[in-house]
Amino acid sequence: MEEKLTLFKNRKRFGIEKNIDLIFKNTTLALSSLVAIVLFGIILVVFFQSFESFSRYGLNFLVTSEWNPVKDEYGAFTAIYGTLVTSLLSLLITIPLGVGTAIFITEDFVPKFVREIVGSFVELLAAIPSVVLGLWAIFVMEPFFREFFVFLHKFFGWIPLFSSEPAGRNSLLAIIILVVMLLPIVTSIARDSLNQVPKKLRNASYGIGASRWKTIFSVILPAALSGIMAGVLLALGRAMGETMAVTMIIGNSNVFSWSLLSPGYTISSMLANQFGEADGSQVSSLFYAAFVLMILSLVVNIFAQWLVKKFSLKY
Amino acid sequence: MNSLYYQKKLSRNVGDKFFTSLSVFCALIAILPLIFVVTYILIKGGAQITPELFTLEPNPPGDDLDAGGINPALIGTLVITTIASIIAIPVGVGGGIYLAEYSNGGPFSKFIRFGVNVLAGVPSIIAGVFIYALIVSTKILFGSMYSGFAGGMALSILMLPTVIKTTDEGLKLVPNELRYASLGIGASMYTTILKITLPTAFRSIATGVVLGIARAAGETAPLIFTALFSYYYIVGFEDLFYEMGSLAVLIYNFALEPYDAQNKLAWAASFILVISILTVNIFSRIFAAFTEKTKRV
Repeated sequence: MEEKLTLFKNRKRFGIEKNIDLIFKNTTLALSSLVAIVLFGIILVVFFQSFESFSRYGLNFLVTSEWNPVKDEYGAFTAIYGTLVTSLLSLLITIPLGVGTAIFITEDFVPKFVREIVGSFVELLAAIPSVVLGLWAIFVMEPFFREFFVFLHKFFGWIPLFSSEPAGRNSLLAIIILVVMLLPIVTSIARDSLNQVPKKLRNASYGIGASRWKTIFSVILPAALSGIMAGVLLALGRAMGETMAVTMIIGNSNVFSWSLLSPGYTISSMLANQFGEADGSQVSSLFYAAFVLMILSLVVNIFAQWLVKKFSLKY
Repeated sequence: MNSLYYQKKLSRNVGDKFFTSLSVFCALIAILPLIFVVTYILIKGGAQITPELFTLEPNPPGDDLDAGGINPALIGTLVITTIASIIAIPVGVGGGIYLAEYSNGGPFSKFIRFGVNVLAGVPSIIAGVFIYALIVSTKILFGSMYSGFAGGMALSILMLPTVIKTTDEGLKLVPNELRYASLGIGASMYTTILKITLPTAFRSIATGVVLGIARAAGETAPLIFTALFSYYYIVGFEDLFYEMGSLAVLIYNFALEPYDAQNKLAWAASFILVISILTVNIFSRIFAAFTEKTKRV
């Protein structure tokens, strides 16, 4: 008996097995490090490629809107402004729409299977490629809204946002197609955070006599707010980087205009349009614009993650 | 005396009714886009589906009435997504294995998980810009510039976070008892992972990966200046190192053409792309719901 136990103790793994184990572990370690390498690679490569333009224009690049390959003068103000305006305005429309839909899905106004169908419809919308939405926007949505834009200009033309004659492709159409693309993101994240609010809170609120919507506004929504905010920020990051559908419908004009009814530009649509045939210092300027876009979306994303981490374990 | 009954005209009840209808209204608006988009694609794209569509090359835009087919783009999409999968799946699954099985919640794994989320938020066109700077402009791949291979690499950057995340989360759901049992009978760590944990989590990982591939197949922005576009058949291996068409870029290019024939081809390509992506999505949804019900480990 004694002998047997020592025998057992002395049995060691073969060296080769140990080595395989070690190799396997280190391989997976290397593969997971690759994420960090790719991420830093992207930031470094885009930064160094934009260096020429960066040292030439400095921060002036961000506030001038001359984009002239012939004179070799570059400034991305129109594109940066377009990126911010289209993404923020589309978000402004999406938030109430998405949160309202999320409330519809999580409350019990209608039987469960109807809510599930609505939920999966919204999620399937996220699966439609953005280039297909762009195609749809050009041939279906644009004619549909044409009359409405004329009306908008006629009666609200005194507002700077609607002050120009409606162009065939314009920033407002880009905002509308962005709403379609952001809706699934905001809705599904808002729905998840609403679902995570403990049932006790709702019952307590009902118990002291609050009505359903009083409960939603004063108890459920505040409790889910951090999750919803994170979803909104993720959607903002997505909106700023969204390329295809926006490029196809925004009109791609570098002429600055306050009006949403005139053609506009975003950083990503500028990249999509010009990158293929650019040369010389234009390439460097495009990389500079790409760098700006990347920084914008990185900041938004990191802030969203910080928000999730900070507030997610409240309950 | 009546106060115990539901009173319609009470302001709180009127307000509730109002907000309920508002919420229903939001939900109605939210499902409209999908219905409209899918209907138009079924009608406009479905009308263009002919056998020749799948076998012919597209004709260069012009006054040509016949636009030809989309064979090179269809094959190109398959090739480019395959390249992306070949790169992203091993890297992603391997990285996910490290995060879920080996890391112990230390700063390194926290940092990598953070990096995965940040990488998932990088705009897709930036992936194209990166590959352009790294591969296309340097001609590092045997002197070829725009190539299907470069396109595949750009797409793999977009797939990578999805694959890592689904692997990480899939493996975390595997009960620890299985690992203890395997280690207890003397299996080493890699045997445990390869023979026990990975097979157990296979379904959920596969679902996530397939959804990631479907998503990548519809991506356009990373391809427009890495793979570019081509009108010609893909015939051999060496075509990987030349410009390669894809359904997504075909839709982009031909939607902006002024000619009706090309626009119709774009609708047909959208039909094929959307039908395949939606099919994959719906099936993996059903599959996931099915495994949820049957899986009681």
